[in-house]
Amino acid sequence: MPEGTLCNKKPVNTREELDALLADKSGKLYYEEMKHLDVDKAALRATLEKTCKSRIRTWLEICAHCGMCADSCFFYLANDKDPKQVPSYKIQSTLGEIVKRNGDVNTEFMIYAMDTAWGKCTCCNRCGLYCPFGIDMGVMFGYLRGLCFSQGFVPWEMKIGSGMHRIFRAQMDVTPEDWVDTCQWMQEENEEEWPGLEIPVDKENADILYTVNAREPKHYPEDIAEAAILFHIAGENWTVPSVGWEETSLAMFAGDWEGCRMQVQEVYGAMERLKPKRMVVTECGHAYRATVIEGPYWAGIRTGKTPIPSFHYVEWVAEALRTGKLKIDPAKKIKEPVTYQDSCNYIRNAGLKECAREIMSYIAEDFREMSPCKEHNFCCGGGGGMNGVGRYREQRNIGLKVKRDQILATGAKLVIAPCHNCWDAIRDMEEVYHIGIRWSFLKPLLLKMVIVPDHLKPEE
Amino acid sequence: MYELVTGPLAWLSFGVFFIGCLVRIVLYIRGLDWKLDRVTYTVNVSYGIRGALRSIGFWLFPFATHSWRQNPFLTILVFTFHIGLLFTPIFLIGHNVFLFERWGFSLPMIPETLADILTLMVMVSALFLLLRRLALPEVRTITDGMDYLVLAIAVMPFFTGYMAHIQASSYSFWLICHILSGEVMLVAIPFTKLSHFVNFFLSRAQLGMDFGIKRGGMKNKGMVW
Repeated sequence: MPEGTLCNKKPVNTREELDALLADKSGKLYYEEMKHLDVDKAALRATLEKTCKSRIRTWLEICAHCGMCADSCFFYLANDKDPKQVPSYKIQSTLGEIVKRNGDVNTEFMIYAMDTAWGKCTCCNRCGLYCPFGIDMGVMFGYLRGLCFSQGFVPWEMKIGSGMHRIFRAQMDVTPEDWVDTCQWMQEENEEEWPGLEIPVDKENADILYTVNAREPKHYPEDIAEAAILFHIAGENWTVPSVGWEETSLAMFAGDWEGCRMQVQEVYGAMERLKPKRMVVTECGHAYRATVIEGPYWAGIRTGKTPIPSFHYVEWVAEALRTGKLKIDPAKKIKEPVTYQDSCNYIRNAGLKECAREIMSYIAEDFREMSPCKEHNFCCGGGGGMNGVGRYREQRNIGLKVKRDQILATGAKLVIAPCHNCWDAIRDMEEVYHIGIRWSFLKPLLLKMVIVPDHLKPEE
Repeated sequence: MYELVTGPLAWLSFGVFFIGCLVRIVLYIRGLDWKLDRVTYTVNVSYGIRGALRSIGFWLFPFATHSWRQNPFLTILVFTFHIGLLFTPIFLIGHNVFLFERWGFSLPMIPETLADILTLMVMVSALFLLLRRLALPEVRTITDGMDYLVLAIAVMPFFTGYMAHIQASSYSFWLICHILSGEVMLVAIPFTKLSHFVNFFLSRAQLGMDFGIKRGGMKNKGMVW
């Protein structure tokens, strides 16, 4: 059974394997090898038997082929209502076939399944809200991704991402030392302007355990500084863990369930070790989804809950504004029209829509809802790993049109996007379509308008 | 022939229908897996029940969900079709007279004119469902032969019943056809997509529990369907 040196069924577990993959620019050899990667039909059959249970089988069976899911999918809308983009078609022609043929599919088919699972679906789960039978095709595509991953049919960047988590317990090659160094650096960088500013590492029994997205220490360290300053102003007793600080999960996007488990257990380990009262994660949608919503299941926690109560950053901000820990200077509120990008992962799939509205009521004078919004909002166009996969860049850019038009319809030029993936997609949207918008996380905006208590200001 | 279709075949089809539906319910519930589905069905049960009831309840009423409102024409067809499909056979005078003769009891009955209207509504809405399936590219793409077959299975008892009722030609011929097609439908329910007779409720309840327990239901007032 031929397997490639780079494209194979084995997940990446060592730095050597990872480096070899990274050296293959854009996955050229990787995708070439994929064309010859055999399907292990017996293994696929066994996996189906073990994991494809009544929920998914019933979904596939009872689909009435009514087409009501069509208009719910932003890819269908962005691609001029191409029937091949109807969610039901996409899932029936991939997972549906695999189940119907009980795993008897070939390489070409698996590549088609991969291109559909990652290139035509962001697992935003919007279709699930529009099907009369409650068929959630996003969930099924997540499952299909797992099947594809187990057979080695996974986009190059996703294989790398899963490997990163397995090796570094982070989506990027950031070691605990790198992370702690970055925290110290950000503290030193800002302590002159903010006397007494601390980024406490591994403090036990703190009120808040703060966790991040590895992109922050790697590319946007100022985000960590901003979080620290806001906690400082709010007077929070907080800490970051030296190990278990990363909440994201490219393993989830990749369908690498074992990698998912390893990743969340690292974070849960920090919770158990440092015994904080609660956990707050940075402005990232899928990090929250992975660690707080889905993670307990990967880790086999029967309550379905993280070891300590866990919150998204917007929940903390809403609470801080509500309780007056953070006070907004009315003169500095956002005056221009501003809109809010509801992240699928923490709004539709985790129910935090009210927090977002509460925050906007404190900070914006002319808040404009997108239409549709809240749990019915459209994916930014870059979710589910889509932003990061070169193979599907063109499809991604086409998909962005729906969000672009939604933003334009609000008349706002500023988009608040408290989610790394949404933030990226909207940034790229401006690059591709030049619509003259700006985009921002909450932290930099809050820092501009928050009232700093006198005792925290530097002495003149 | 009449004795056969109203006797052993009737017993057989009702038996297959009831036992089949029951088996489907049992198999569905037994196949739920908290870890694979990633929903703690047996923890935070009250949130699960609330989510399930909301999920079923909103979808049982026309225009009560975003999706129904987004597809007004289809919504009217679907509800017209299903109301006629479910109410007519149960409250039809003819069926209840038969029931009384055989078992000595009957259910409330609807006037014949109403039954006629409901029957025609089933057939007309089925015709439009068929045309919609043929006309819309997004529906045509996902349509297979089974979709036409189950529609035909569901409509045949109404068509044949109506033919018998208006006595267009041989009453006994259409009556036998009517009874047989009704029995075919009963038998088909557990084995085809018509199983959504029970699976609609199970699947909706499952997704409702998913949103109610895991995906936000414990942090908000419940999914706005």
